[in-house]
Amino acid sequence: MLLFILRRILIAVPTLILVSIFVFTLQKLLPGDPILVMAGEDRDPEVIALLREKYRMNEPLVMQYLYWARDVLSGDLGVSLRTNEPVLSLIASKLPVTIQLAVMSMLFAFLVGIPAGILSAVRRGTWIDWLANLLALSGLSIPNFWLGIMLILLVSVNLGWLPASGYESFWIDPVKSLTTMIMPAFVLGTALAATLMRHTRSAMLGVLQADYVRTARAKGLRGRTVILKHAFRNAVLPVVTLSALLFGELLAGAVLTEQIFTIPGFGKLIVDAVFNRDYAVVQGVVLCTAVGFIFMNLVADVLYVILNPRLRTSQ
Amino acid sequence: MKTATLMTTLLASVAMTTTAFAADLRIGLQEDPDALDTDQARTFVGRIVFESLCDKLVNITPELDFVPELATSWDWSEDGQTLTMQLRTDAVFHDGTPFDAAAVVANIERSKTLTESRRKSELTSVDTVVATGPFEVTFNLASPDATLIAQLSDRAGMMISPTAAAEKGLELANSPVCSGPYQFVERIQQDRIVLEKFAGHYDAENYSFDRLIFLPIPDTTVRLANLRSGDLDMLERLAPSDASSVKSDSSLQFAAATSLGYQGITVNVNNGARSETPFGKDKRVRQALSLAIDRNVINDVVFEGVYAAGNQPFPPTSPWYNQSFPILDRDVDAAKALLAEAGLPDGIAIEIQAPNNPVQLQLMQVVQAMAAEAGIDISITATEFATMLQQQSAGTYDASQVGWSGRTDPDGNIHSFATCEGGLNDSKFCSEEVNTLLNEARLSTDPAERKVKYNAATAILNDEMPIIYLYHQTWLWAMSDKVQGFTAYPDGMIRLSGVTIE
Repeated sequence: MLLFILRRILIAVPTLILVSIFVFTLQKLLPGDPILVMAGEDRDPEVIALLREKYRMNEPLVMQYLYWARDVLSGDLGVSLRTNEPVLSLIASKLPVTIQLAVMSMLFAFLVGIPAGILSAVRRGTWIDWLANLLALSGLSIPNFWLGIMLILLVSVNLGWLPASGYESFWIDPVKSLTTMIMPAFVLGTALAATLMRHTRSAMLGVLQADYVRTARAKGLRGRTVILKHAFRNAVLPVVTLSALLFGELLAGAVLTEQIFTIPGFGKLIVDAVFNRDYAVVQGVVLCTAVGFIFMNLVADVLYVILNPRLRTSQ
Repeated sequence: MKTATLMTTLLASVAMTTTAFAADLRIGLQEDPDALDTDQARTFVGRIVFESLCDKLVNITPELDFVPELATSWDWSEDGQTLTMQLRTDAVFHDGTPFDAAAVVANIERSKTLTESRRKSELTSVDTVVATGPFEVTFNLASPDATLIAQLSDRAGMMISPTAAAEKGLELANSPVCSGPYQFVERIQQDRIVLEKFAGHYDAENYSFDRLIFLPIPDTTVRLANLRSGDLDMLERLAPSDASSVKSDSSLQFAAATSLGYQGITVNVNNGARSETPFGKDKRVRQALSLAIDRNVINDVVFEGVYAAGNQPFPPTSPWYNQSFPILDRDVDAAKALLAEAGLPDGIAIEIQAPNNPVQLQLMQVVQAMAAEAGIDISITATEFATMLQQQSAGTYDASQVGWSGRTDPDGNIHSFATCEGGLNDSKFCSEEVNTLLNEARLSTDPAERKVKYNAATAILNDEMPIIYLYHQTWLWAMSDKVQGFTAYPDGMIRLSGVTIE
């Protein structure tokens, strides 16, 4: 098992290098000069020249990349071109925010999506199935930004129940933290819940036809035991892979959700950084996201092995 | 039972979190400010925070007169080359460092020499600055500069603690130390900036809030929703489309002031190969476009009538506006005649880039529709702002819909844009006459004399039209009806002296 994990980590290294080169060149291809943006409204030529020098914008692209890579390897992701804050501390302060949002959304998606999937598979063709499918379809079809604004108008402005935007750290004020996060987590979680529901349902439908389920029933096991222990355990495998992949979608969705609810997280950080051509921040954020994504996939693979004994022997 | 208890607790805690301390003022900003160091800062929104954080040497009135702040009085020498300022004796920086002439010298020197300083161009005329007494400073200028007082009423005149500046260097941006009525507490990027009352401020009794919380909320709808739900007490840059709903809401107040800036279409008349078009080379074509546009319709359709139509670098309400050239009525026939005269009887196609936000694009669509009737076929290229800046600078554009946030002194709205070597002259319009007029207008401290020069310059610009001015933005604020005593200033700042909350 340890060997397996080690091998996976080693494979991740070239992937990360490729990602960093890709992002580096891609954003340099973006039109727009960050130094012009940084120089401010007055665009003083002297300031522009000094800034170009300072941020090594005059060097060839390859050298710029190598400088950056050298700094990263020594643990320095650079400073934000916009505010002078070190990128690493910027990321460290934004990451918990987005993780909280992601965890709450995932939790919501799991709690709603998986039971709904199981239920609609077991009660296939009944009104429960129809209702669950209808909700899933709406969850997938309603755009995040629309749902977010509608919720703000209804829940915050008309009913005055929850704050419309903002963020508080969970460790400072847990109640306020949760109240500000409920709506964003719901908005971000709906599409996830819908996807999970549909996949759980189809996986369950496949498994419920299987011989071993019929055998289990024939043995006289209780319906609940058959469904949860025999059927669901086998149906859950593709759902686990999916959840890991959905993590990427979650980060992408967080970009929009954080904009709407003005949550100072990762998503908002990257959008603002791209618009300000804050290269160092964009690079740092993408690198961290790539690491996170690879890590989640690794976790999924490990979970796979734990959940499916057959894979264990084939190790 | 358990669920009921849980719900009650949750709702109670929600109610608790939404009511903040009465002595806090929560202000919704349109953007997240950049570096909170007056020398490194470059954004408009950052100045709103500085207004409460950092005192300036000079302040302005809503009528744009200069009044004392940290400087109690000032005198110009006969030749206009020396400015002597008397300073307050009772001001102190947030870290306890006393404010005196030496502090001013250190500040001006930092603004002029720090690599990252964005204030250099504002202080180019200052040759040396000397402490000529414990509370007297003398600015020796390389050449007379009428704009200096205006510069000292903005970021170049904001004083930071010399002790903190020496200690922290560029890091000062992350924990600024000034001498304003509020001092820095914390900043969470893209989330909030918190300031608290500085008890040592010489005018502390006129500042009633214990804390100021600035919350950047870029989406105008969400920003207003936050005000309505009570999560904000005040917001800046209300969308014009929301003005009428705020005015009719009895729980909200509305405030407005015509800005010092302008919006228009900058035409590439001399900036590289792309200027070699009839639009760039023949002023009659530009005049035709200007005549085809009804500026009042733009204001009514796009901005709900709350902005101000304009045709000069200064708004019609400004004392510097040239009354001899009022905004002309739309005249499609005259526009067609001008085009025919320019050898374009069948009209002309031009490409104008505009920032890719819904409001500016809507503006350009209205212009496009009006111009089409005169035979000018405009294609609009929606361009992201950073890209637009670069293309203007490089001359790879025909025309751009851009604007300027405006400066207190008229020089700031016209000199860099219309002089041959002007740093912001992206059209590369160049006229010896305009150059001379604008350079001379800088040298005099006599408003009447300057006005003659600006009138002469705007007369030429009105004919040549390197920039086709369209309108002047109005700063719009919305606030809870509990906020009392707010005064709208044309510079768009939020000055909190005398402002209270019930």
